[in-house]
Amino acid sequence: METLSLLQAYWWLIIAVLGGILVFLLFVQGGQSMLYCKANESERQLMVNSLGRKWEFTFTTLVTFGGAFFASFPLFYSTSFGGAYWLWMLILLSFVVQAVSYEFRRKRGNLYGTRFYDGLLMFNGLFGCVLLGVAVGTFFFGGAFTIAKTNILDGAAPVISQWAPSHGLEAIACWKNLLLGVAVFFLARTMASLYFINNIGDSENLTARMRRKALVNGLLFAVLFVAFVVMLMLNTGLRYVDGTFVSEPYLYFHNLTSMWVLAVIFLFGVVAVLYGILRSAFDSRWRAGIWYAGFGTFAVVVVLFLIAGYADTAYLPSTLDPASSLTIANSSSSLFTLKAMSWVSILVPFVLAYICYVWRKMNATQLTEKELKEENHSY
Amino acid sequence: MNELASLVDWSRAQFALTAMYHWLFVPLTIGLSVIVAIMETIYVRTGQERWKGITKFWMTLFGINFACGVATGLILEFEFGTNWSNYSWFVGDIFGAPLAIEGILAFFMEATFIAVMFFGWNKVSRGFHLASSWLTALGVSLSALWILVANSWMQYPVGCEFDPAQMRNVMTDFFAVALSPVAVNKFFHAVFSGWCLAGVFVIGVSSWLMWRRRNIDAAKSSMRVGAWVGMAGILLTLWTGHGSAVQVARVQPMKLAAMEGLYQGSVGQSLVGVGILKPEASRTPDYPMAFSIEIPKGLSYLIYSEGNKFVPGINDLIEGITINAEGDTVHSLSYADKIAIGKTAQQALREYSAAYEAGDKSAMDTAAAIVKENFRYFGYGYLPSPQAAVPNVDLTFYSFRIMVMAGGYLLALFVLVLFLCYRRTEVLEKAWLCWLGMISVAVVWVCSQSGWVLAEAGRQPWVIQDLMPVTAGISGIPASSVQLTFWIFAFIFTALLIAEISIMLRYISSASKTNIEKHSL
Repeated sequence: METLSLLQAYWWLIIAVLGGILVFLLFVQGGQSMLYCKANESERQLMVNSLGRKWEFTFTTLVTFGGAFFASFPLFYSTSFGGAYWLWMLILLSFVVQAVSYEFRRKRGNLYGTRFYDGLLMFNGLFGCVLLGVAVGTFFFGGAFTIAKTNILDGAAPVISQWAPSHGLEAIACWKNLLLGVAVFFLARTMASLYFINNIGDSENLTARMRRKALVNGLLFAVLFVAFVVMLMLNTGLRYVDGTFVSEPYLYFHNLTSMWVLAVIFLFGVVAVLYGILRSAFDSRWRAGIWYAGFGTFAVVVVLFLIAGYADTAYLPSTLDPASSLTIANSSSSLFTLKAMSWVSILVPFVLAYICYVWRKMNATQLTEKELKEENHSY
Repeated sequence: MNELASLVDWSRAQFALTAMYHWLFVPLTIGLSVIVAIMETIYVRTGQERWKGITKFWMTLFGINFACGVATGLILEFEFGTNWSNYSWFVGDIFGAPLAIEGILAFFMEATFIAVMFFGWNKVSRGFHLASSWLTALGVSLSALWILVANSWMQYPVGCEFDPAQMRNVMTDFFAVALSPVAVNKFFHAVFSGWCLAGVFVIGVSSWLMWRRRNIDAAKSSMRVGAWVGMAGILLTLWTGHGSAVQVARVQPMKLAAMEGLYQGSVGQSLVGVGILKPEASRTPDYPMAFSIEIPKGLSYLIYSEGNKFVPGINDLIEGITINAEGDTVHSLSYADKIAIGKTAQQALREYSAAYEAGDKSAMDTAAAIVKENFRYFGYGYLPSPQAAVPNVDLTFYSFRIMVMAGGYLLALFVLVLFLCYRRTEVLEKAWLCWLGMISVAVVWVCSQSGWVLAEAGRQPWVIQDLMPVTAGISGIPASSVQLTFWIFAFIFTALLIAEISIMLRYISSASKTNIEKHSL
């Protein structure tokens, strides 16, 4: 494999890893959607503060995910963000209102009241998850766009990519994308339940309820996810073969089976997620479910990204003009840029290491009401 | 107005809105993170619990502000794609890299250690907590580094070449981009201005505490730290600001001419200290000012350190008149010439594209050579006339003056406050000084915003200097969609700003009724 192709694959892997981490961290959004599910005020305080100490990780991962896309696959950044305008704007909107809500919700003088900010958190919890799922869905089911780079020379209409007039609303209305979006939403709720079990101490009622929620949400997720995977495996996709895009039935199934290591990781991830959910639901003393389910989620998402982009697959197929479809080869940065960034990416393990170290330090003891009362900074 | 012009205007308006809101919060975050870290260092070194209380007081204000900065920053990053998609492709190979590095190196540092700052007092050692506070401050500043590198590159594109086959610029020298003198200067100018702003903020809040006769000792201690950081900030900001002006003269001479309202340059050009421009219709090249107080030869000396140098004005630049090293008036490329060169480059690129489709290697090579030869002025090919390359002179002229005058005022303020902090502490409690401190908070924000208005309005019409005007950088979306999102963000950001100010005021008011120095207990 030549260096450019290798680096394109490497950076798609980094995108996949960031995507996997992002979906795992969506437990913050899942938890936000549960703030008013039979929780009393002290339980809600525990939940908000448990999530509030991690929300920035999700937010930062989203920003880095976007930045990495811009850097490594700028044609995707240009085409999808500038085309599916409303989809991305709604995602951003939901995260903007989240960013201030933790800090503001219980501060005196916040003008709009705690419930308002909690409402914003729930808005982000629901729409953030569903719409991110929809955005990822376009990696498989495509978008209505065309690309003509020579347009840049037309001073009167210089835009190189044109999207359908609905500008992303059609992606939200696509049931296939929505299926993935809703599955992500229930996965996030499941993960949140597992995180609460792990992180919140001395509230047996809450923990017991979370075990039930993990099971119910986990089952809903499982049903939706199985439906999505079946649909995906049966789906026809575009592959770049001999200088042209060719429509290929069962493309993702072929990708999964031809790259058998990915299939093994996928199965391993699914088993880990199920183990994490089921044991958490039925073993009342076990609190480590988030790590099993979290690692499994990460593995499954990484595999989904890889089968979307590897093996000359169009990871953003165009439903209007197949020739405009994006692959990691035709949308990437130059060899020089990918090389330069690859040197920087050597620091990623170091960054992950200090994040894990600090996470362990901060989560060494479970969050309790006593701690919240003693802290002079709480949400 | 046609659809394209309307789209460009609304896209610019939306970016300006989000950038200006973002810059309301970010400099305070940058500077206050350093001040909080210094206060905590004093606490750790002296062991005095009062400093822990003082640290926590300011840390809470830092946290309230930080959230708003994060919220507004998210939009900015993605707006490059959503509203400037052409631009994203045209320079994504260069611009994206700093953004990705920023995410990996800076944002995660911030996100990780800020949690320790706020929630780690009883979970980690004193030393680890202090290190986290400093790492947060470092992460905050590093977060500014890469976006400013990217912004500087847009004003002074280096380390790249145009690839006609891909119809975009590609990076050829990472260090030329990352360590460009414009980038280094801009980074330090922005970060130090954050120190200055936060210093004034601390002085302002401390002044209020003293005016209300609450927590006077804590206020004086805070004011001393704030004044030192602010003094360092303003001196370094002035120094880097001068460096910035010198660079602007070399790489963006049109911006400098607009900053000075200078239409007809001269040898030994004077500097307008204070001035009012005539209305545009009645402005003549020789007499553009309705009123001005000028420093003779000031501009020549400021830019070239020599009083007899020629500084070109707007009309000189359009006509291509400048002065060579010997001091003779010479004609270089006029803007009309540059427009012709830009059109030649664009036509050659069309021919390259046609040859590429036809598989004509020889024609491709010929066209590519013409593109390369003329690419330096590629962006001028989009301009309808030389006048289209002139920025809004009034906006640039006045924003520059407001920034400089406010900066001078702030220097005087820091000198005064530091003098009083060490020699006449009782004067700090005088009502007039307290009011001066409080009013200065507004001044420093006006100063800070003016700096960015100058930097961004002054480089119009370029989104990338000489290579791409804003009209060629936009996305293919209806102007009405951008108009709608503009108003949505205007509404949300304004609501958040009002809430933040309200929360800060309530917190300062309520915390001041208790003993701030005992907040650590």
